[in-house]
Amino acid sequence: MNAIEVKELNFWYGSFQALKDINANFKEKKITAIIGPSGCGKSTLLRVFNRMNDLIEGVTTRGEVIINGQNILNKDIDLVKLRRDVGMVFQRPNPFPLSIYENIVFGLKIHGLKDNLNEVVEKSLKAVFLWDNLKDRLHQSALSLSLEQKQRLCIARVLAVRPRILLMDEPCSALDPQATLRIEELMRELKNNYTIIIVTHNMQQAARISDEVGFMLLGELVEFGKTEEIFTRPKDKRTEDYISGRYG
Amino acid sequence: MKRHFDEELKELHKRILKMATLVQEAIFKSIEALKNRDKVVAQELINSDRQIDELELEIDEYCIDLIARYQPVAGDLRYITTGMKINAELERIADLAVDIAQRVLQLADKPLLKPLEDIPKLSRLAQEMVRNSIDAFVNKDVELAKRVVLSDTDADKLRNLVQDELVDDYMLRDARTADRAVPLLLIARHLERICDHTTNIAEDVIYMVEGKVVKHHPEKLYNL
Repeated sequence: MNAIEVKELNFWYGSFQALKDINANFKEKKITAIIGPSGCGKSTLLRVFNRMNDLIEGVTTRGEVIINGQNILNKDIDLVKLRRDVGMVFQRPNPFPLSIYENIVFGLKIHGLKDNLNEVVEKSLKAVFLWDNLKDRLHQSALSLSLEQKQRLCIARVLAVRPRILLMDEPCSALDPQATLRIEELMRELKNNYTIIIVTHNMQQAARISDEVGFMLLGELVEFGKTEEIFTRPKDKRTEDYISGRYG
Repeated sequence: MKRHFDEELKELHKRILKMATLVQEAIFKSIEALKNRDKVVAQELINSDRQIDELELEIDEYCIDLIARYQPVAGDLRYITTGMKINAELERIADLAVDIAQRVLQLADKPLLKPLEDIPKLSRLAQEMVRNSIDAFVNKDVELAKRVVLSDTDADKLRNLVQDELVDDYMLRDARTADRAVPLLLIARHLERICDHTTNIAEDVIYMVEGKVVKHHPEKLYNL
């Protein structure tokens, strides 16, 4: 089953075309990695999925992106609901300058969800394996946490509003190798319940954690397929050159 | 982009070629020793196997080192893993050449049971299959690799001919011929096993070049 279906997607920043005729299906409860050199359009593609690009002036999008049976590029789409369904985790952990507790419940309040806040905090922190460490200092500032804990908190904050899809834009690039591996373990746990799409420059990370991989170059989705196939026998020479370090 | 890794891969290639050359020499010597019933050449070959064993270990270590340091993917990964497998196959072929030399030592002082006909044919086929499988690896030649795989049935047929003749015409008629027939039977078996190993090499070459596994699925050869 597909969580996201992308059909003939084109995207422009002003007159610059950043995405060209993208077609792809992102499978439910799988991790899909998008790889490619800087400027190839992978983060742009990710931000199409929760319409984050709308915040930039002068952008044009054409094509279809189907989530939950709806084309989310339609003008009348409820963006608040879309961004609740499709959560995003960024490169650098960006907790709000509030307590750990307030960070988690922030989204619930914004979305007007009437959940039991204490329960949500506990469940979300447990999902990212922070509960045992933080349960006694929930009202301390989130800014006092380590980088890895902050990133876990940011993931917990997204989970609190019960999304179906998690977009992760280089979620480990600010972390050391050990913390990176722990976040990867967390992602493997999370994919039991969520669809994850990760943009990463780290090829080994894509190979380790993803079920499927899309390779992008100059705005095109050159190749999309099973991770084991992409990393052992890619079909396109451009993919082979990039993953083997011959590109550039 | 120029990669230092490519220099390392060239070095690996050189070492595998060295291994292949030594193994081809070993088979040549084993067959010469058999033809001429030459105990000196047979013994030389048995003594030189150590060099091949050491080179096998060296190539293995080099491959593991490359995997650990470069974390190769795609064609590079297929090349290194195939190199490791071919290395092991070549070493086994050299061991079989030693086995033939040992049988030669057993036979050398005894009169020949019969003039050799099918064993020389089988040994020529084995040498050809070894050469072709190595050429297929060097030139990434899938067509040649396919030919090697398909020749294996000829090797099996020749082995069966030798076996049937020795068992039916000699051993069953006169059990006293066994001490001269059994070493010949074993030589035919060793040569046929050499052909099996070249088939494995050829199948590995097909995987290396095409990324397709044909091992245990001969029907896939026709879809390449």
